[in-house]
Amino acid sequence: MIPLGTNAYTTPVRAGHCATPLVFIDLCSSLLREIRFILIQNRAGKTRLAKWYMQFDDDEKQKLIEEVHAVVTVRDAKHTNFVEFRNFKIIYRRYAGLYFCICVDVNDNNLAYLEAIHNFVEVLNEYFHNVCELDLVFNFYKVYTVVDEMFLAGEIRETSQTKVLKQLLMLQSLE
Amino acid sequence: MRMPAPIRLRELIRTIRTARTQAEEREMIQKECAAIRSSFREEDNTYRCRNVAKLLYMHMLGYPAHFGQLECLKLIASQKFTDKRIGYLGAMLLLDERQDVHLLMTNCIKNDLNHSTQYVQGLALCTLGCMGSSEMCRDLAGEVEKLLKTSNSYLRKKAALCAVHVIRKVPELMEMFLPATKNLLNEKNHGVLHTSVVLLTEMCERSPDMLAHFRKNEKLVPQLVRILKNLIMSGYSPEHDVSGISDPFLQVRILRLLRILGRNDDDSSEAMNDILAQVATNTETSKNVGNAILYETVLTIMDIKSESGLRVLAINILGRFLLNNDKNIRYVALTSLLKTVQTDHNAVQRHRSTIVDCLKDLDVSIKRRAMELSFALVNGNNIRGMMKELLYFLDSCEPEFKADCASGIFLAAEKYAPSKRWHIDTIMRVLTTAGSYVRDDAVPNLIQLITNSVEMHAYTVQRLYKAILGDYSQQPLVQVAAWCIGEYGDLLVSGQCEEEEPIQVTEDEVLDILESVLISNMSTSVTRGYALTAIMKLSTRFTCTVNRIKKVVSIYGSSIDVELQQRAVEYNALFKKYDHMRSALLERMPVMEKVTTNGPTEIVQTNGETEPAPLETKPPPSGPQPTSQANDLLDLLGGNDITPVIPTAPTSKPASAGGELLDLLGDINLTGAPAAAPAPASVPQISQPPFLLDGLSSQPLFNDIATGIPSITAYSKNGLKIEFTFERSNTNPSVTVITIQASNSTELDMTDFVFQAAVPKTFQLQLLSPSSSIVPAFNTGTITQVIKVLNPQKQQLRMRIKLTYNHKGSAMQDLAEVNNFPPQSWQ
Repeated sequence: MIPLGTNAYTTPVRAGHCATPLVFIDLCSSLLREIRFILIQNRAGKTRLAKWYMQFDDDEKQKLIEEVHAVVTVRDAKHTNFVEFRNFKIIYRRYAGLYFCICVDVNDNNLAYLEAIHNFVEVLNEYFHNVCELDLVFNFYKVYTVVDEMFLAGEIRETSQTKVLKQLLMLQSLE
Repeated sequence: MRMPAPIRLRELIRTIRTARTQAEEREMIQKECAAIRSSFREEDNTYRCRNVAKLLYMHMLGYPAHFGQLECLKLIASQKFTDKRIGYLGAMLLLDERQDVHLLMTNCIKNDLNHSTQYVQGLALCTLGCMGSSEMCRDLAGEVEKLLKTSNSYLRKKAALCAVHVIRKVPELMEMFLPATKNLLNEKNHGVLHTSVVLLTEMCERSPDMLAHFRKNEKLVPQLVRILKNLIMSGYSPEHDVSGISDPFLQVRILRLLRILGRNDDDSSEAMNDILAQVATNTETSKNVGNAILYETVLTIMDIKSESGLRVLAINILGRFLLNNDKNIRYVALTSLLKTVQTDHNAVQRHRSTIVDCLKDLDVSIKRRAMELSFALVNGNNIRGMMKELLYFLDSCEPEFKADCASGIFLAAEKYAPSKRWHIDTIMRVLTTAGSYVRDDAVPNLIQLITNSVEMHAYTVQRLYKAILGDYSQQPLVQVAAWCIGEYGDLLVSGQCEEEEPIQVTEDEVLDILESVLISNMSTSVTRGYALTAIMKLSTRFTCTVNRIKKVVSIYGSSIDVELQQRAVEYNALFKKYDHMRSALLERMPVMEKVTTNGPTEIVQTNGETEPAPLETKPPPSGPQPTSQANDLLDLLGGNDITPVIPTAPTSKPASAGGELLDLLGDINLTGAPAAAPAPASVPQISQPPFLLDGLSSQPLFNDIATGIPSITAYSKNGLKIEFTFERSNTNPSVTVITIQASNSTELDMTDFVFQAAVPKTFQLQLLSPSSSIVPAFNTGTITQVIKVLNPQKQQLRMRIKLTYNHKGSAMQDLAEVNNFPPQSWQ
């Protein structure tokens, strides 16, 4: 009997559905309520940050990045900030020329994640003193640090901006 | 000779940004990569960090960086914090669990988890929590558990989420973290509370035992209620305040955990009733934050066993959301209402007019949900008003909606039509405004409907005639019209119509329009078939134009289209040799009885046809399209038995095609070969509404074929090869037709061959019957079978197939996945 799923298919089992319609399950984790990835892209499609909380091949990652870019850039103010994408959902917000995208499960609370994005952007703003895209480019490893202070294992970790900023300054002093 | 110091990261970034073309950038990157590689070879500790950082930057731009993997490991092992930090970042970006060197990190991480500096411990926890493999998690779970109990809140937070990851990877380890959770909720620190709630949520969701344990033994619900209450009542707390609300993220997570605890449990649900009501009424709604909390509250209320007053409160909140200016909130409300409309129908009805207004929204996903909700809310009382709105919507909406909307309107009309006239008018309206988007299966359903409204025949045929007079390009409309004219043409020319002013039309005019349809380039093969048959039927209903009809029919006897040719030849034969039977054969259709009104329609023919025909068993239509339903030795004119019928092509309920018997792949959207397949020859089957002489050729599958899609070999093993060829329709691009051909290169036949397929839930599948069940040896023949796949969301096509057959005396069975579908088959 061929084993049920391979790692290559990381489409999650949807929470609440007892009949598993799609047999391509990643047996390593039942991905209930989790952030799949966080992306920051500019309008041209250049990735400024890509944080993955799920296993993907390099070419799968590339494809996802391109698809997200395609889906998100055609939307304007008339559209909602939520897009159904494959079997997931993308929650995004545009700040100046950058798109901040979080990919979550379809059953997650959209509005809460929208707040999480805003929280994250405000921290970046504080940390880099009126952040602009170039800050994210030249300090890309610091941006990852910010992400890791606020999110872990695909969940929101720390939401207090003051606390996060304090930690970031501490880490900076160690360099 | 010492190499010059590698350039700094900032320098590199600046340089790369000056590149004006992709080629220039690539050149710079290659040059730098070469420099980095030589630097790595020198094993120089000083610059390793800088080099890896540069490598990571280039990786982010999309260039390969795997040669840096080992260097990341070396950085992690270093004592300097800056090295570790870049090393771990590199590990997270480059060293996922598929890489061979992934496991080498384990020891380093273990040491770092016990490091004296909390920031190093934090780095290790973070890395483990983001991408640790199962083996790594197993090895290090103990360390994580220790850190969960530490007094350092910075580490506890990270450890809690790391534990979540460990549990996800290795569920058996959940037990191990249980003791550490005892006092998690007694924390004052919000961050720790937050992550603890996440951890508890994960445990409760994964294991029903854990859930029960936390409910009863730990009394989790009262604790959570207390915390939530404190959050709401407490004053301004600057650290976690967002727009005046105290730690909304924590509130949301607590609500979610409450939802899991309260689900299906009366006691827990009761204990949380008050707090839910409190949150629902006291939360400030002017900003998105408040609404996020309210939304989570609503979700919780609807999911637990709440009392009815609370549920009404929840639905009213959703109703208020619908009026909100923020489209995000409207969207979210519509999504939730859709989920609850079945259970709380009356409460949702109260917001019907707001929902209908959302049909005019600008956002496509809002419109879609509003449409689905509207259909769910239609009932006998509001059908007229709702239909007006829905028809207006059908007129003005985007093409992607039209098919679904049309189908929905037909269904609603069928269920709740206040009068037959209204029903026919509604159908006409749909056919004329969105006629080309109507689904294939709607045509037979409509025809059946019309047949059953006996008193409306004259009115119907008159309206249809007028409709196609101006424009005969919309195929479904033309098909229905052609059929009706064929049936009721006599009423048309006789000018009997009670419902409206009868029109004056002559037999010749009617034949003119039918002939135009036959000739027109816009008409598909199917439509032409309808038209020809209609013309033939008129030969018994019209009086003065029989010769004209004979002439038309004989012309098509030499048509290139095999379908038409066959029909014409047989009709010709009717004229010549069997003229005495003609009027009996072309008699008016009897009223068809519908066995079920919803879902797949089973049609039982109540009047047996006349005597067995001297026209022998019609050969199944040749040509590229195989026949449609179960078995098509449609020996219509033979056999007067009333035979129960295989249900017609259901687009919404595929399980009916005998799929229940074939419960192989579990509860998957599976359609196997219908169970009645084995005995085709003996039982005359009528699958579509019986068009007397149309039965010869059941509907070919496609109106227009989009050619040029490459075929694929889906399976090739043990001498059995299965190839897929694709066809798509231009008029209905969400349907893909796959023709499979199974061939056998071994020296023995494969018998009792059965092919089954399963697809993801967003698709629908229809499997038609195979050409045979034997795959002959030495590739001397093939089994062909047709699969129709409906893919409305244009998602990537994937399929699992199961093959069973007998070969060399033993039963063989195999499962395979097909995922090499060419993009043109589903995009």
